[in-house]
Amino acid sequence: METLIQMLDTLCPMHLVLDRTGHIAHTGPTLAKLRPDELLTGQRFLEVFELRRPRSVINIDDLRQHAGSRLHLRFRAGAQTGLKGVMMPAPGAAGHMVVNLSFGISVVDAVREFALTGGDFAATDLTIEMLYLVEAKSAAMEASRKLNQKLEGAKIAAEEQAFTDTLTGLKNRRAMDHVLSRAVAGPGRFALLHLDLDFFKAVNDTLGHAAGDHVLQEVARILVEETRDEDTVARVGGDEFMLLFAGRMNRKRLADICDRLIARLERPIAFGTDNCRISASIGITMSEDYETLDRALLQEDADIALYASKHRGRACHTFYDLSLRTAALATAPQAPGGNMTLR
Amino acid sequence: MHGLINRAIQCFYRDTYGAPAWGDLVRRLELDFTEFEPMLHYGNDLTQRMIDEMAVTLGKDRETVLEDVGTYLISNPAVEAPRRLLRFGGETFLDFLHSLDDLPDRARLAVEDLVLPALELRDYGGNRFSLLCSGEPRGIGHVLVGVLRAMADDYGALVFLEHQGLFRGAENIEITLVEAAFAEGRSFELGMARAEGT
Repeated sequence: METLIQMLDTLCPMHLVLDRTGHIAHTGPTLAKLRPDELLTGQRFLEVFELRRPRSVINIDDLRQHAGSRLHLRFRAGAQTGLKGVMMPAPGAAGHMVVNLSFGISVVDAVREFALTGGDFAATDLTIEMLYLVEAKSAAMEASRKLNQKLEGAKIAAEEQAFTDTLTGLKNRRAMDHVLSRAVAGPGRFALLHLDLDFFKAVNDTLGHAAGDHVLQEVARILVEETRDEDTVARVGGDEFMLLFAGRMNRKRLADICDRLIARLERPIAFGTDNCRISASIGITMSEDYETLDRALLQEDADIALYASKHRGRACHTFYDLSLRTAALATAPQAPGGNMTLR
Repeated sequence: MHGLINRAIQCFYRDTYGAPAWGDLVRRLELDFTEFEPMLHYGNDLTQRMIDEMAVTLGKDRETVLEDVGTYLISNPAVEAPRRLLRFGGETFLDFLHSLDDLPDRARLAVEDLVLPALELRDYGGNRFSLLCSGEPRGIGHVLVGVLRAMADDYGALVFLEHQGLFRGAENIEITLVEAAFAEGRSFELGMARAEGT
């Protein structure tokens, strides 16, 4: 028995030798470390450990029936570290049994909790390799996570700096601000149109956002078709668009363009079996009406003209002039529809 | 070259000589980024240029710079992971030495595309060894000398180390283990993994 125990202490330092009555006759050195203030040897095995599988084991003779099968157990008192094990009858000595235990998946916590070292595991045990892997993989994962975070940040920054409206492929408000700033600073004349879709909310509400998105894409296509390459078309809000016509434009020509735009936008847009009906209100301001050009003022004036169109019953266009501003300021608080914003 | 290696060299320089010094180096190397990503790959010549530039700036020879990188990796508190991972190699410095043969495989288990130079430990008896090291980056043997010296301190062992130059195409490091338990060494607990992270 002595030589057997010596051998077991080295080959499986988490073993127990049980005597015929189920008392612990010997505790392997690593297992003893789990209960440093308590002598396991001498105690009854089933009083120290709760057998969680197989459940049917009530006494030591039941346990004897399970030689060679997988056991799941845990300490009844103190830290309830989960353990795996297997029992075999000891050779020779009458009725003795050897139970070999291991931590299973709880090993990472157990090693920390009980301050185990490499010497506490059998030379053939892969625990150290597993701990190495857990630690190395965590470090590698951390590096990957940081890289992902950084890339995600870069993506968001790129999107913020982008000039394109992803839904329609038109320029966005940022781009329009740039184009308008350039036009304001440059020598050429231009006209600024602020276009707001009418009845778009109804499409969204009754047919859903997919229909709404489809309509916006169709609108964008029409706006691009009805303008020249040197003009700029931007989607500046949910259903708001801004158009910048470069070059000398007269009112007649702009009015024709607006009529044509509205007429085309009023044609039903098919979405599946449904037809989406919208229209548009437009406000126009022209650079030649100003002595000095200011981007914010131009945008505000186009907005005021747009509001006047809404006020006049929608589906029409309005040229900005000073009287509109006075009227807008007077009526703005009671403005219907809520599309009007004075910026 | 794996980004982890370039990143390690970068951290050595930044933590030792300061962020502005690293910034200067980035400008002289004309990099279009300010730091290496540990999970990306970079051209091999960049690593060599970086080490050359460090040597010139610091007025040291490149062998010394490389050895300093090795020492930094193990002994600087800012990078705890390499020291801990190497300590998994064994309970004693002798065990650790014998675990070096497995080091490239261990590294690959952790980071699949990390290729470390092949290492071969030869035991001549009488506590005399040589470590043969072949592969990229050139001069990695000097990094290893720094690593071995710092690891010996970590285990509390007293060693003599000498880089002997090339032997049949491999860098050859002669190791004499004078005393395995010369000093106390640093403690190592297996179970610190999750508390410490990188």
